[in-house]
Amino acid sequence: MLQKEGVIRIPSGCAIAGIINRKKKTFSGDSIITSISLMHDRSNGLGGGFAAYGIYPGQKELYAIHIFFDSHEARMSTEKYLGRYFDIESGEMMPTRKSAVIKQAPLIWRYFAGPKEAALEAEEFSFEDEDNFKSIPDADAEGAREKEFVVRRVMHINSSLPGAFVASCGKNMGAFKAVGYPEDVGEFYMLDKYRGYLWTAHGRFPTNTPGWWGGAHPFTLLDMSVVHNGEISSYDANRRYLEMFGYKCTLQTDTEAITYILDLITRKHGLPLSTAMAAMAAPFWDEISRMPDEMRDSARKIRIIYGSALVNGPFSIILGCEKGMFALNDRIKLRSLIAAEKGDYVYAASEESAIRAVCNTPERVWSPRGGELLSAGYEEADHDTENETVNVSRYIENGLVNINAGIQDRGVDMHIETNADYAGRSNNFLKYNRNSKRVMAGTNAGLKRESERDTEVRAV
Amino acid sequence: MSLNMLTPEFIIDRDRDRCIDCKVCVSQCANLAHIFDEEEQRVVSDNSKCVACHRCVSMCPAGALSIRKFPLDFKANANWSADAIREIYRQAETGGVLLAAMGTGKAYPVYWDHMLLNASQVTNPSIDPLREPMELKTFLGRKPDSLRGELGPQLELEIPVMLSAMSFGSISLNACKSLAMAASGAGTMCNTGEGGLHTELAGYGANTIVQVASGRFGVDAAYLRAGAAIEIKIGQGAKPGIGGHLPGEKVGEEVSATRMIPLGTDAISPAPHHDIYSIEDLRQLIYSLKEATEYSKPVSVKIAAVHNVAAICSGIARAGADIIAIDGFRGGTGAAPLRIRDNVGIPVELALAAVDTRLREEGIRNSVSLVCGGSIRNSADIIKAVALGADAVYIATSALIAMGCHMCQKCYTGKCNWGIATQDPNLTKRLNPDIASARILNLLRAWTHEMKEMLGGMGINAIESLRGNRLMLRGIGLNDSELRTLGIKAAGE
Ligand code: SF4
Ligand code: SF4
Repeated sequence: MLQKEGVIRIPSGCAIAGIINRKKKTFSGDSIITSISLMHDRSNGLGGGFAAYGIYPGQKELYAIHIFFDSHEARMSTEKYLGRYFDIESGEMMPTRKSAVIKQAPLIWRYFAGPKEAALEAEEFSFEDEDNFKSIPDADAEGAREKEFVVRRVMHINSSLPGAFVASCGKNMGAFKAVGYPEDVGEFYMLDKYRGYLWTAHGRFPTNTPGWWGGAHPFTLLDMSVVHNGEISSYDANRRYLEMFGYKCTLQTDTEAITYILDLITRKHGLPLSTAMAAMAAPFWDEISRMPDEMRDSARKIRIIYGSALVNGPFSIILGCEKGMFALNDRIKLRSLIAAEKGDYVYAASEESAIRAVCNTPERVWSPRGGELLSAGYEEADHDTENETVNVSRYIENGLVNINAGIQDRGVDMHIETNADYAGRSNNFLKYNRNSKRVMAGTNAGLKRESERDTEVRAV
Repeated sequence: MSLNMLTPEFIIDRDRDRCIDCKVCVSQCANLAHIFDEEEQRVVSDNSKCVACHRCVSMCPAGALSIRKFPLDFKANANWSADAIREIYRQAETGGVLLAAMGTGKAYPVYWDHMLLNASQVTNPSIDPLREPMELKTFLGRKPDSLRGELGPQLELEIPVMLSAMSFGSISLNACKSLAMAASGAGTMCNTGEGGLHTELAGYGANTIVQVASGRFGVDAAYLRAGAAIEIKIGQGAKPGIGGHLPGEKVGEEVSATRMIPLGTDAISPAPHHDIYSIEDLRQLIYSLKEATEYSKPVSVKIAAVHNVAAICSGIARAGADIIAIDGFRGGTGAAPLRIRDNVGIPVELALAAVDTRLREEGIRNSVSLVCGGSIRNSADIIKAVALGADAVYIATSALIAMGCHMCQKCYTGKCNWGIATQDPNLTKRLNPDIASARILNLLRAWTHEMKEMLGGMGINAIESLRGNRLMLRGIGLNDSELRTLGIKAAGE
């Protein structure tokens, strides 16, 4: 008998895509379906899914919990469990279309709920005195408590309540996934009827499984959703590291491990997303040795401390979260990932054609380098939310146009800038060219006149 | 004359057609197995003295010599092996404890040889180390869980391989020098053992771990400050629970000065540290050493792999050690009681796996680095050790073999014909540190290439992604409980 995912580990290849409107203007799920369906050949019908943000504006203060149930009994017991911890505002069967190709659907329900105050009060959080949580500023403690509370409940349902699987549990977002081709999955969930400002999608090519709905992507935790293409070779090192921090990698998928690494570093350790990304696709020691002092120290420290969080082997991921859309390749770019932008829209996908299918005339199309973080935050994002302490990224020296990888103090919003802009804010900037292995440092002085910008930068 | 019931172990074969009676073998054999017979005017040999070190064979200009196993058979008996019988003869004759050197030669399972590595096919690509960077750099020392925590002092190693503790006294100064030169050439560490730091080696401090053992030989403030890290030696794989004994004859001027003991006195390391009778005592010593060096160096604790190793290591980690070195029972030694060497302790593979698992279960694996040693024979052993959970390995016997040791396992006699395990100036001068260190460096370079090749095959380009990555291992010919302890699946699963 073929074993269900989670009992065994199943490698798979994939297609991924993501679209964001950085001004939070909503658009229907049609675009993302069109985009991902163009890469039909990259999946094999054994898993497809979407994450959508901004789709539940009316209930945006509540956790939107999407759950798969194998049976009514599983639903009853799960609801009983949920009821003990949450005030459930509403619960309904997920609206779906009948489909000839999407078969063996579980019972799919969604609930809008907030933690019961008494339950939250009664919950014991040891983290105030643990290293892991020490760093979270007091002001944030309430939010941190509540998030941890929700995570614990979700982990419990997924690992201990048989026949129930939480597909997503964030606010104003949801995951929609199934066994099938992504376009059929989108049709099934009627995503054309939803409007969101950030969509990600995934088509899966697992190698040896009948496919299981829970195993489809995106994998989510709170507001974070990850779609991923690749098969990482560091899996067991990552898994065993994560388990030390109480994560249970029940699905045994790379995506799950990647999501937990992001959660560990950003939520539990209270560090910026760019740090998590710098740990997952760490610069090479050789590159680190050529960084300017302060940056080198941070990069070195991140690598030493988060060595087990390094994700090795081929991957490209698109992360959706409350801060925006982010994409990352492994550090030697063993998987394809293309990005484009037009106006307030930023696109990412495994193939350029998938972007062109929905955006014919992008202003810019580029292929982020290995380990280079593509960061597309919301424009009105609160810049103070990320108290940036680390300055690590090979990515800031990336030529004349630079996607801000959350490097400066302004958080993680996307910012297109020239080197002159950057140099204007920092006395010293560094441009190093990976290929020529040279380090070039320059100062404001060389960048005074706008017209000379480009040539001067090159000349330093 | 009393009857000697011991028959020789080896036969010295001299091809009389080739031998030119040049007497090179006579001068080369410190065991006096070759004698020049003045009357006959030719070289003759005494088989009973030969220990099969191959020195004479290597040096004979005529290629006339060969050493064979003495073919004399006892009547076959699976229970009473030739060794078992011979050991009784020896003890019946001397009434003494049997001594042995190097690691046990008994046919215990070598778990390295029961684990197979993975490689990428189709679903992810292997990485070619000739085209892509491949990183082996390793940091040893306490790491905080989060970036906001404080990062303690770290040992930075270019390769996850260090040269293990061998004291000046048990080996020659030239051998110590060779090791120190090799460590600094390879960007890794060597370890003084309990012999103190000879003044000539002070310049290699940045690549030296200074050891503090139960005898405290050569330990003073300057010594502690001289190294890159300090190691408290609790035990050694070849002789867990046993102290050391360097006989007075070997304590010449140099050894006496380096160990800070009077000339010609026996250097006796007690079995326990007499200031460590429990874990809290260890904590005090760890922190005394940290205080003495202003918290600028990591402190390692080396123990022998014994039954309860996981719980012991958890205690050591909590006592404040930055590094734990686990020495397996197949580990080498300059001298150990044979019965101890062959019967006490457990294999390092199982110990390492158990410790790594335990520290992770307790959530304290980051707070301490794990180093394993005790018969690491090649680069595959290292890769497997890292996959089981080691941060780095210690090698000693392999390094000695690279220098010329021929594994005659008679180190405790002080007559090492290769100039390694001896203080006899006529023998030590045979070892040229320039050549010997170059040979160790060659070995490490070769292993580095091989490790990169294996990593690349697994689709990994940084050693930290292999650390504890047990999915990269599969067991072959192991039973369920061995697989469970190692935390790996069986081949084919
Ligand atoms: S002990 Fe060594 S040098 Fe002496 S005869 Fe035997 S092999 Fe030759
Ligand atoms: S070090 Fe010398 S005495 Fe010891 S085993 Fe090697 S060759 Fe023999």
